[in-house]
Amino acid sequence: MTPLAKLLEAALFASARPVPLDELAALDAEVSPAALRAALDEIRVHYDSEGHGVELTEIAGGWQVLTRSEYTEAIERAQLAARPQRLSAAALETLAIVAYRQPIGRSEIEDIRGVNVGSILKSLNERGLIDVVGRAEGLGRPLLYGTTPLFLEHFALRHLEELPRADELAIAMRPRLADAPPSADETAADASP
Amino acid sequence: MTSINPEIVVSGGSAYVPSRESRVTSHDSAFVVELSAFSGPLDLLLALIRDEKVDIYDIPIARVAEQFLLRIRTLGLNDAADYLEMAARLLRIKAQMLLPRGEGDDWEDPRAELVRRLLEYQQMREIVDVLEHRADERRRQFARAYLPTEAAPPQAPLALSLSELLSAVDRVLRFVREPNMHEVVARPLDVPAAIDLIRSLLALKARLRWTDVVRADAAPWQVLSALLGLLELARLGELRVAQPRPFANVEISRDPTSEAA
Repeated sequence: MTPLAKLLEAALFASARPVPLDELAALDAEVSPAALRAALDEIRVHYDSEGHGVELTEIAGGWQVLTRSEYTEAIERAQLAARPQRLSAAALETLAIVAYRQPIGRSEIEDIRGVNVGSILKSLNERGLIDVVGRAEGLGRPLLYGTTPLFLEHFALRHLEELPRADELAIAMRPRLADAPPSADETAADASP
Repeated sequence: MTSINPEIVVSGGSAYVPSRESRVTSHDSAFVVELSAFSGPLDLLLALIRDEKVDIYDIPIARVAEQFLLRIRTLGLNDAADYLEMAARLLRIKAQMLLPRGEGDDWEDPRAELVRRLLEYQQMREIVDVLEHRADERRRQFARAYLPTEAAPPQAPLALSLSELLSAVDRVLRFVREPNMHEVVARPLDVPAAIDLIRSLLALKARLRWTDVVRADAAPWQVLSALLGLLELARLGELRVAQPRPFANVEISRDPTSEAA
């Protein structure tokens, strides 16, 4: 590997979190972003072709060295590392709504889910998957929530745009309830015969 | 690992548990009905629509409302306000459906809003499936150290040599000052000697002044001893103490009664 690739490998090894490109750039002021990308590519190809137990993954706006999935069971059996807990259905539903409609307030989420989500929002916030991103105008200025970089990490997303687009879903995602144009709204047309 | 609200995590298996049961657990002293099978009234409603194999755009509202009420009764979900609210909504739609319809085109299906919500909810569930799949993929890989929560950046390990430690000890010792010693003298007053002096002076003269008892160059302890001796003798009735006006010289005289005794 080139010296730059080795430097990046060391930096990625030292960090427990995905490292964004601009942070990698701080390692060597004279290196261009293009050279950084080439070096990252070099590491990735090196890991893939030389038969390493780890791989270089682009995730949550950065790069991270992860173990290959075929070794998960063995590592877990030996209790060297534990898989993170799965999120409950209620938590996933709330997260999905926040991810697509952010910034979004609590009452809007409750409208969609049909249940109270106060304690779930608090838990997701404590877990670092969502965060308060602002306050809405209007009565009581309710808090607005959005997803965090940890959310991307948890769901192995490079960025939010990687989520399936609304029109890729089986049931087309409608825009916000209020400003849904009636013509584009097939479902409502079907609903009233 | 940090402790996590049990509400948002499941220990194993899929997030959607196929069993149709509810569990009642006590949580933070409040009585909480944990709906392990359904994540909300819309979820239950969608399950009913699937089970009854009816068209979501043409829901037989009377049948579905009846089924919904039956399910929340058998599931013991009577405490869950969200479910009851949905039950009330279904019954209202059912009532509206029974109202005679006008011939005009402005008739609005009372089910439209419910259908819209159900579709929106179904779509959200589709996203949940995507997210769950991705999370499962990610869970099959370990990072160098899995951080379950956003933690503060780890502190850099201490780099300290023995000589640095010793020089730090040196610096600390240099700042320790010599203790400020203070001699403590036990009761420097000598009241008995002052009493003897006053008695012998009174034996010579019937009347004394304060300045006869205490010399001008007396040390504070001598002044205090004389004062206490004087007061003590006055208490015993051996003499009288008088002061004609404030700050005047104190006059001391033999007590005539004690003289008689």
